[in-house]
Amino acid sequence: MIIGNSAGGIGAAEAIREVDKTGNITIVSDEPYPAYSRPLISEYLAHPCSVEKMAYRQVDFYENNKINAILGEKVIRVDPGKRTVKLESGTTLTWQKLLLATGGTPIFPDMEGNRLKGVFTFNRLDDAKDIDDFLNQYRTSTRAVVIGGGLIGVSVTEALVKRNVAVSIVEMKDWVLNTILDEEAAEFEAQALAGAGVNTITGHTAVKINSHLPGEVSGVTLDDGRVLPCQMVIIAIGVQPRLEAVAESSIKINRGITVDRRMATSVPEIYACGDVAEAHDFVLGENRLTPIWPNAYEGGRVAGLNMAGKAAKYQGGTAMNALKYFGVYIASAGLVIPPDDSYETLVNRYNGIYRKVIVKKGKLAGMVFAGDIEKSGIVYNLMKDGANVRKYKESLVAEDFGLASLPESVWKDRLTGLPPEGTEVITHIEEPEEMAIGD
Amino acid sequence: MKKVYVKEDVCIGCGLCEVYCRLKHSKSKDLVKAYKKETPRPLARLRLDESGIVSLSVRCQHCDDAPCIRACLTGALSRDPVTFLVMVDEERCIGCGTCALACPLGIPKIDTSQRKMVKCDLCQDEEIPVCVANCPNEALLYVDVPDESSNTKKQAKIPIQ
Repeated sequence: MIIGNSAGGIGAAEAIREVDKTGNITIVSDEPYPAYSRPLISEYLAHPCSVEKMAYRQVDFYENNKINAILGEKVIRVDPGKRTVKLESGTTLTWQKLLLATGGTPIFPDMEGNRLKGVFTFNRLDDAKDIDDFLNQYRTSTRAVVIGGGLIGVSVTEALVKRNVAVSIVEMKDWVLNTILDEEAAEFEAQALAGAGVNTITGHTAVKINSHLPGEVSGVTLDDGRVLPCQMVIIAIGVQPRLEAVAESSIKINRGITVDRRMATSVPEIYACGDVAEAHDFVLGENRLTPIWPNAYEGGRVAGLNMAGKAAKYQGGTAMNALKYFGVYIASAGLVIPPDDSYETLVNRYNGIYRKVIVKKGKLAGMVFAGDIEKSGIVYNLMKDGANVRKYKESLVAEDFGLASLPESVWKDRLTGLPPEGTEVITHIEEPEEMAIGD
Repeated sequence: MKKVYVKEDVCIGCGLCEVYCRLKHSKSKDLVKAYKKETPRPLARLRLDESGIVSLSVRCQHCDDAPCIRACLTGALSRDPVTFLVMVDEERCIGCGTCALACPLGIPKIDTSQRKMVKCDLCQDEEIPVCVANCPNEALLYVDVPDESSNTKKQAKIPIQ
């Protein structure tokens, strides 16, 4: 049984079916839709992007993989002792192995006015639909305040700008996207936001959502007393693990559900992955929450293999994000700001491109590529593999960086090498009639 | 499945693989127009990396473990069940670049004008991929690898020194 029908749940189901073609798989989700790409909710809001186009897998995915999908049903309690889950509708289901892929839920501040009409979060398709409905009611120009300048905040801002909404972002820290970008890369984003007419206010927080007409948003008051008039507010200050179904169980929880390298929780036969789980981070060398889509899929895959009886180990995941907001391409992974002076930072800037890597004891601990993200994967994978880059670290930020900049042993390992003996070479090779030069 | 192998010791970095790839993906199929006139400028799906005397013609290797497919946010990347090639559904791709960050070769390219990722499909409509067919030095080999053999090549691991 898999609770959650997003990246982690699908990753697990696909992995299980690679190993076990017949066992029963049930996926339960409180969202009524077949798995969709969550990052696409901003494309949906921006228009035009149909729900069909958001599908994460083909329409026949559940049928082809013999998955019993119970959608639109919320799990309210997991009982590890009896090996059951209780649904909100009252039904109780049993399981032999369970994956908790329940994801994250938006952090909702206890702020005056937070229940007014026109206050939204932006985490699931229904949120995008609600905002869409709200905008469709407004024929005149709409103003919005987005509280929080992280990934969700900037992503909803881009969609709202495309819908001709005048947006202000209020970010508590000194720059937008501060958990995944350093100040210099964030400046690329800040300029793009300014170019799109977005009013970005950093270093301040919202303290109150105002209402002139009963029940409706009229503006936001900031900590310095400033008032931003608006008709809608998007709260995007972060996500937290969605733990309500297991909160009272015996499963070990820190900030999220603690899992080992097999993605197993403290309770036998129960696994967890994705935004709800605290899994191994290969940069920090310890467990932490990394609520991003690729890590959810990867963790789900490892959990699924183990659930199906095939031993698998999670290589670990770190924060890794590729951004394209307002057409500005940025990729970052691991640390973006060295936490102390035991780290070395290498930076290069050319033609509007910014590259930075952070190295500690010869190993990569972080990277930022802004303006051009091609080849960023080479550096990310060196970091993931724990390669010693001491001898060629400068080349990683060089303008002519490429696979050939790496030591021969490294690029040879990356490329497929030469074809195995006895395989058929399709290329027709003719002996040259005459030796051209040389020999 | 079919693969392109690179014989680095005879690649001189002439760049014809890139030229013919760009031509192949142009609208005009005319070399001068493809390079000088077409907007958006057609993109080569492969890349020539050079350092000193080392030249590497790098393209998608359609890896068995395909980190790009697993990282793809939208499900646009998938493995073709018949050819086993890693293919992109351009309708579903949003050009976010997560695949570029996940790829050990850093090969996925973003067509910034279309906001889509573009990738090598080994020229499915040609007998031999154009890069291979036009390599003057036979530095590129097009090979039909038995599936068992291709499956044994696992994710590239870098020794920790």
